[in-house]
Amino acid sequence: MPLQSRHLLGLDGVKREDIQLILDTAVSFREVLDRPIKKVPPLQGKTIANLFFENSTRTRLSFELAERRLSADVLGFAATGSSVTKGETLKDTARNIEAMKVDMVVMRHSAAGAPHYLSRVIEANVVNAGDGAHEHPTQALLDMYTIREKLGRLEGLHVCIVGDISHSRVARSNIYGLLTMGARVSVCGPATMIPREIEKLGVGVFHHIDDVLPHVDVLNVLRIQLERDAGRLFPTIREYHNFYGITRQRLEKAGRNITIMHPGPINRDVEISAEVADSEDSVILQQVLNGVAVRMAVLYLLSTKN
Amino acid sequence: MRKTKAQIIDEAGFERTITRLAHEILERNKGAENIVIVGIRTRGEFIARRIASVIERVEGCTLSIGSLDITLYRDDLLGKLEQPQLKGTDILFDLNGRDVILIDDVLFTGRTIRAALDELIDLGRPRTIQLAVLVDRGHRQLPIRADYVGKNVPTMAAESIRVHMREVDGEDAVLLMHPEIPE
Amino acid sequence: MQILLKGGRLIDPVSGRDEALDIHIAEGRIERIGRSLSVSSAQVIDVKGKIIAPGFLDMHVHLREPGFEYKETILTGCTAAAAGGFTGVCCMPNTKPAIDDEAVIRTIQSKARAALDGLVDVYPVAAVTAGRKGEQLAPFAELSGAGAVAFTDDGDPVSDAEIMRRALEYSSMFKKPIIQHAQDMPMTKGGVMNEGFTATALGLPGMPAVAEDIMIARDIRLAQFTGGQYHVAHMSTAAGVDMVRQAKARGIRVTCEVTPHHIVLTDEVVRSYNTNTKMNPPLRTKEDVDALRQGLKDGTVDAIATDHAPHSFDEKEVEYQTAPFGIVGLETAIGLVITELFLKNVLSLSQIVEKFAVNPRRILHLPDVKIGEGEMANLTIFDPAAEWVVDPQAFKSKSKNTPFGGYHLTGRAVGVFNNGQVYWA
Repeated sequence: MPLQSRHLLGLDGVKREDIQLILDTAVSFREVLDRPIKKVPPLQGKTIANLFFENSTRTRLSFELAERRLSADVLGFAATGSSVTKGETLKDTARNIEAMKVDMVVMRHSAAGAPHYLSRVIEANVVNAGDGAHEHPTQALLDMYTIREKLGRLEGLHVCIVGDISHSRVARSNIYGLLTMGARVSVCGPATMIPREIEKLGVGVFHHIDDVLPHVDVLNVLRIQLERDAGRLFPTIREYHNFYGITRQRLEKAGRNITIMHPGPINRDVEISAEVADSEDSVILQQVLNGVAVRMAVLYLLSTKN
Repeated sequence: MRKTKAQIIDEAGFERTITRLAHEILERNKGAENIVIVGIRTRGEFIARRIASVIERVEGCTLSIGSLDITLYRDDLLGKLEQPQLKGTDILFDLNGRDVILIDDVLFTGRTIRAALDELIDLGRPRTIQLAVLVDRGHRQLPIRADYVGKNVPTMAAESIRVHMREVDGEDAVLLMHPEIPE
Repeated sequence: MQILLKGGRLIDPVSGRDEALDIHIAEGRIERIGRSLSVSSAQVIDVKGKIIAPGFLDMHVHLREPGFEYKETILTGCTAAAAGGFTGVCCMPNTKPAIDDEAVIRTIQSKARAALDGLVDVYPVAAVTAGRKGEQLAPFAELSGAGAVAFTDDGDPVSDAEIMRRALEYSSMFKKPIIQHAQDMPMTKGGVMNEGFTATALGLPGMPAVAEDIMIARDIRLAQFTGGQYHVAHMSTAAGVDMVRQAKARGIRVTCEVTPHHIVLTDEVVRSYNTNTKMNPPLRTKEDVDALRQGLKDGTVDAIATDHAPHSFDEKEVEYQTAPFGIVGLETAIGLVITELFLKNVLSLSQIVEKFAVNPRRILHLPDVKIGEGEMANLTIFDPAAEWVVDPQAFKSKSKNTPFGGYHLTGRAVGVFNNGQVYWA
């Protein structure tokens, strides 16, 4: 049973059955990762190009691992800066890669909509590994997989995403995916970091984290972009930590066991304390391993004969 | 739509065949001490469980039973447009040094067993792998043979064998089907 | 050459005429206007069912020459204008070099005279500041004397309030308006579409409507303070319409224009990531579209101008965030306005002629087109019932960057007369 689209560009508009299929398939691949020989042959002979126009170690490595575990051949392009500054357009880069008979392209780019554009100009399957502030579908899928693994379900759970929502593709993909799967979603952050009219997507909006924590089953803590936002969107790191930082004291005040997630990399003791990140309720490390399994599932389900 | 040509095994015969296979396995392996049972999903898994429960009853022991999903190892997917749904491999015990009794419902071209062998080797290093099948219908395309056979049924390539099992189909039977009638 | 336009309907708001009249034109001059004319020596053109109006003037066009001839030239731009039913265009100064020097104006004028034998009047709009850098006033006297009809830094706003004040004061001496591209730059840094729900859903950085509004608000105060003449280019917000309405009621010399695309499309179309939905100011919300239409209806919005902004195919064939702002508009203007304003009972044909032909000239202090015996013919002929499908590849413009490819429109230019020339679309 195939997925509805030959690309994974985002979770906006993706049907529940497709998300379900990816998560269920990921269970099989998670099992492969526990074997002594962590490799299976279904993508043997397929070539996958990893086009990373934005710096990213963990996502790139996770995809690379997933691809190799599926026995695919991997081409890695880590281009710093936009292709435009290098003189070659995205279109030409993609066309060149395709001319080398690449079957699938995994792309991370700083411009929202770049993977959509790519899927229109090349034949290969396109997987969005993050486009600007728009979507990061595999992250949201592995987040949902991890929640389901820990709590047994997604439907009816209250998931809160806290941090700089306006610049976060992780937030958007999670919102789209979780709502489709029947979870209740809230966003929490300073008013300067909540994008306009986001409540129209069907999410609750909170500015005071202590108000929302007592009602939350899962907390997805986003990284604060220190370089970009301090001074403009929020005054200091100290203030952010005091007002939004997830610490043991804050969680104890909430009075319930909340599953803690973070897409990484963590700013220890800014948005989350080291203690919480390493606690029993934290599934941050499981997210990493599940990420490989989920990405294997996505690549497996998308792979087609060219 | 295929039409039934003949019933190869009926309800009672099914149970007897299962019992005989279980005893043959015990005989050859001189008991159940080192054997583990692995059934190939989907129907092979149910046959495996039934054989295992006979062995367990006769020997008074508990066996390690696992199920194998060979989808990721198939060789016939290269031309296909989509990847089929995975059923999941569940082998929670160590295979190293054990005698694996691999069980499937029908042995035909041998390609399923080839895939199963590749997957088992990736999971560990068994001492032996022995194959038990309910029906061997011939037409091998690879040098694969079964150690334990419920029934040898010569067939035409275009015919097919249909295995019904209580767990899935509500009855136990093995049927030989005519070739597919073209539209 | 003698031409007899037979069976058409003359709509001339200036003289108040709206009736079936034949027009005989000889060597570019109107010989006779009357009913059931018959002229043996003339070529008879049957314009039954079509409208004859004073020539349309598009007061906001980027002709790209000098400097960006790969996008458009004065020749191709004027041809596109004629094909779209315009006998005049105002060309914007964001050329290379900018129109901040009389030599540039002379170059443009000579090329315009050579294009289609001077069929289309090209009125240069000169820069407000030298090089459009926003720092020092450009030489208004020299530019005005050479033929500039207004001043703008379009492409960019005049951000500095002191410069805008002085520009309004100085330009009033030459009776030329300051045309402002209203945009607060710090608030819109990095923005590529309207800030709102669609931008939130797509994760694209937004340009909030308020960034346009605060500049219009500021400039209206400056216009009041200085008594200068101020014109808002390509206005796109509901609040902008309100402010202009109130300013006019208080007698402040403010006028404004809207583009056809801002009264037809909303930011919802950006979901396609089609870079031909990217322009500045961006497409906004339905509330804004409705307010702009209401403004056209009640006279708050004076003119329709296309902001024709050609870009080459390769330039637009990139990621949304990288693509340049702008779409072409000369050849779809009449179709969009007829389909969306006339057929939807927002404006009458006479009002549409006012917005295209009469008001732009009045804002720029150009003489009204006179349609009378003895006058040089300056006419736009269009068919308000012609049904057609937009095919960008068939555009006369060098560039095809439009979001309207494939649209079924009603209303199309038939031909134009001006300066002794005629062009059949």
